[in-house]
This record gives sequence, C-alpha cells and structure tokens, in this order.
Amino acid sequence: MASQAAALRAVPEGAPHNVAVDIRGVSHAFKLRGADLPVLDSIDLSVAAGEFVALLGPSGCGKSTLLRLISGLDQPTAGSIAADGEVIDSPDPSRILVFQDPTLFPWTTVWRNVATGLDARGVLERQRGRVDDALKLVGLSNFASAHPHQLSGGMAQRAALARALVNDPALLLLDEPLGKLDSLTRLTLQAELVALWREKRFTAILVTHDVEEALLLASRVIVFSERPAHIKAEFKVDLPYPRHRDNPQLVALRRQILGTLGLET
Amino acid sequence: MSNAIEALGVGAAAGSPAAASGARTPIWRAGLAAAAAWAAAAVVTVALPDVVPWGSKELFAVIVGAAAAAFVALSFVAPRLPRFGAFCEHYGPWFVAIGVWFFLWELTTAKFGWLPKPFFSPPNGLLNVYVTEWRRLLICIGYTLRLWALGFGLGAIVGYAAGVALGWSKSFAYWGMPILKLIGPVPATAWIPCTFFFFPTTFDASVFIVALASGIPVTILTASGVGSVNKAYYDVGRNLGAKPWYLISRIAVPASLPHTFVGLFMGLYYSFAVLVVAEMLGAKYGLGWYIQFQTAYSGYANVYATLVIMALICAGIVKLLFVARDRLLSWQEGFI
Repeated sequence: MASQAAALRAVPEGAPHNVAVDIRGVSHAFKLRGADLPVLDSIDLSVAAGEFVALLGPSGCGKSTLLRLISGLDQPTAGSIAADGEVIDSPDPSRILVFQDPTLFPWTTVWRNVATGLDARGVLERQRGRVDDALKLVGLSNFASAHPHQLSGGMAQRAALARALVNDPALLLLDEPLGKLDSLTRLTLQAELVALWREKRFTAILVTHDVEEALLLASRVIVFSERPAHIKAEFKVDLPYPRHRDNPQLVALRRQILGTLGLET
Repeated sequence: MSNAIEALGVGAAAGSPAAASGARTPIWRAGLAAAAAWAAAAVVTVALPDVVPWGSKELFAVIVGAAAAAFVALSFVAPRLPRFGAFCEHYGPWFVAIGVWFFLWELTTAKFGWLPKPFFSPPNGLLNVYVTEWRRLLICIGYTLRLWALGFGLGAIVGYAAGVALGWSKSFAYWGMPILKLIGPVPATAWIPCTFFFFPTTFDASVFIVALASGIPVTILTASGVGSVNKAYYDVGRNLGAKPWYLISRIAVPASLPHTFVGLFMGLYYSFAVLVVAEMLGAKYGLGWYIQFQTAYSGYANVYATLVIMALICAGIVKLLFVARDRLLSWQEGFI
C-alpha cells in the first residue's frame, strides 16, 4: 500500500516524476526441462532519473527479460534491481511495462481499458478526469467508447500508452512497442514518444531491434551481446531533440553500432 | 372457406398480368402459392369424409383457411414493406411447404387412414388436444418450466463458480479435475438411485438431475476458458496494481466468457434431454410426466401435441440464450 500511495502522490505541476534505476550484478536463467537456460549474465547498469535509455541487441538475447525484471513481474536469479535505492520485488503501477502487442482487453471499451490501473487500485471514481486527459494526450478522445478490435494497430498501441501514462509512471518500460507497426505509423509514434517523454520527463527504458529508432529516441544506447546477454558497448547520443535520421552524427553512430553488432555494411 | 378460395382466384388473376408487365406492381409470388396450399388443406379437411373422426376439424379448417386469406393479402402488401417484405420473401418456400405438409398429413391420416389411429393423428387431432386439454397442458408447462429453470439455473451458477475455481486455482484443479473427468461422462440419469437417498423430495432429486446435466459442461468449458486466458492480460493487470480478486473478476471472467457460453449451450441441450426423465420421478405434473402418462394410455395425439410444445419451448430458450450471448459477446466481432 505504501508504494501505491507513493505512486499516486500528487506531483506538483511541471515537476518531473521519475526515478533512477540501479541494476547490480543481475543474472537470470529460465528452467527448461529441468536444465538452466541462462539469459542474462551479470548485468550492471545505472539509469539516471529522467533519462531515456535504449537497449539494443540480437533477437532473443534477453533484453525483454531484463525489462520484466525491472518491472518486478519476475525476480532475477541473482543480483538486485533498485528504483531510487528501493529494491524492486513486485510489480508496481509507478513502473509500467508497455508490450510489443498492445494487449488491450478486447471485451471492454478503450476508455475502460485506459482506466484499468485507476480502477484496480480503487481510485477511478475520484479521478475519472485523468482517463480523459490520457486519451487526449495520445489523440484518442474520439475513440473512448470504441472497442479495441475497431482500432488500427497504431491506435491500439496509443491506447496502450494511454493506459500506462494515466498512472503517471515514474518509469516507463517499452518492450519493442512499435515493433509490429507499419513503417509510417512507426515514424509518427516515434516522434510522439519523444514528445511525451520530453513533456513528462519520466525515466524511459526502451528495448528495440531498430538501431535508428534507438538513436532517434534515446540519450544513451546500450548494446547487448548474444544470449546469455552481457553489456557489449555503450553509446552516448548527445544530440538535441527532435532528431532527424539524416543527421550526419546520427548516421555515423548508426554505422558504429551496426559494426558492434557485427552487421557492418 | 369459400372466401379464401375466391380471394385466391382474384389474387391469381391479378398476379399474372402484374408479373407479365414487369416490376410495376411487385407481388410476393410464394405468398400466392402458400395461400393455394393452405386453402387446399382447408378444403380437404372439411370436404372429404373422415375414416375415423378426430374432432376440431371445422376449427382447423377455419384457421388454415384464414391463414390462406392472409397469405393472399400479404402477397400484395408485403412487397411494399421493406423489412417485412424481405422476411416474407426469405421464408416463402417454407410457408408453401407447411401448407403442402398439412394437406398431405390430413389426407394420409384422417381421410385415407393410411397412417392409422391411434399411432398417428391428423393436424386437427393435435388441435383438438389443445382445445380440450389446454388447462392441464398450461399447468404442465408451468411445472416443467419451474423444474427446468431451477435445475438449469442452479447447474449454471454452481458449474460456473466451480469452473472459475478449477481454471484459476492450481490446488482446486489438482483435486477437482480428476473427479470432474471421472463423473463428467456419466449420464446424469445414472445418479437417480442415490438421489432418492440424498434428497428429501422427488422434486429436489429431479432438480439435482437437471442441474447436474447442465452444470458439468458449464464447469468443464469455463475451467478450460479461464485456464487458456492470455497470460499477458494478467501481467498487464498485475503491473497496473490489480489484486487477485480483480484479476479474476475483471480479466479471467470476461476473457473466458466465450467458452462459458459454449458450455451453457451444451448444458441447455443436456438439460432438455434429462427433463423428461427427471419428471418421471414421482411428479404429478409436467410435460414429461404428461407424455409418459399419455403414452401408457395410447393417447399418441396428446403425446405429439406435447412434443410440439416442448420443441417450441426449447427453441425459444435457445433463442433467448443466443440473444444474451450476442449482447454480451459483441466485443468478439472481428476478434480472432
């Protein structure tokens, strides 16, 4: 209850609501037919409050697993993860994971979907306006009473973002949220994500396969190795927002990162 | 009667030029054919002598003749009403077939005696049952509906709760699933001997039999529905601060509703199937009891008349469940 209260505390207008994340010696293994399948190998990573960090790496290397551990949905086999010094041992609405699939509840309206967090914590009746605000923020006010199957892929992912943002998260964990969208929708939503982050100043950790996406959004790009994943390289992206994909510095960084991934052209 | 025939003649006369001159005054042609078939059935009923008298034949002829007259009128009116017209157009062949069926039925039973008494009855024989027995039949319908509603209602509620528990809780599933798999395939009626011992009245025993028949498919389908809910929905719920009860009531329950409805439909058919048997257990009224009673006295016309009522009630309840499903599961449109 205490952590929930903390998550829901009124944040003064304009003051950023974010946390620093400390990942210390985290290793993780899946049990597969009795045998251990190691996916993460002693990861050490610090993310500053309000920072936008992208995790980049080959498919199946364990980036998504790391995100689940940070959210508190799963516990690491070894090591610890802390948010502002407090060890993460359970999921909390102040740290929200957005999946590659929007995973909206198909049986109810977009409005009720976005309201899920407030409803689950029993504060919806007093804070109905927050749901409307979140829908407005992602441009879905006109679709409040629609059902998820009536939304396009991009709209559904916007609704999933609204469902996360309505809780005013201090940490937003994005697990390839744009991975399944067509390339045009993807570009639009990348710009929208940056705008949202710059406005709200939450801490953001993005898992992606797309080097360009990482460079457009993040202030730091962490490159992971093959499974079991360890941190292979780190790139600071010291460019002003909004960024352009043709920016020569960005293009140079892109070539460098692809090289690190063994995909030099 | 003769009115209907005249009307038919006029209709047919007016129909052909209109049809010949194209779509100027559209006519529902199947309506005229239906009118002819129904009128023929009416004429046969009153005009030919009976091999064995059955009663209510004048009333039957009047009803069927009036229907024939109505078909003639509708042949001209229906095409002007968009929705009702489409309905008539769609079911036209059925109306014709029913008229032909009445005509042949009347001939083969009452008129020629090819299908003899008491095993077969002409349509006016069934009508005669409704005319003479309607009070008793109404009481029987009431008793049957009470037994069915209590049995199916209890079975659905208990079965649903058990299904959610089995699908959600590992320890419930550990103990419950083997038992369910064992007793599930046993026909509900096989429990009759022990129900007599466990229940104070035969009515309670009957309710139990109907509840068991309808409850087991609801339990199995709900359990599998809850068990197969996309785990990512629970992750979303837990991440947003939902407690277990919220995960059950707001995620597991609605997500498994399509499965539950399949179980409800199966339970519905099983409940109808055991209803007649359940009413054998020392009942004083009820459609099943009435069928047993009349069979014993070779009152087959009464049996057929009751079967028609049962068929209509069952079809009506199935229709109601479909309406409920379409409302509750409208979100499924376009989903999967």
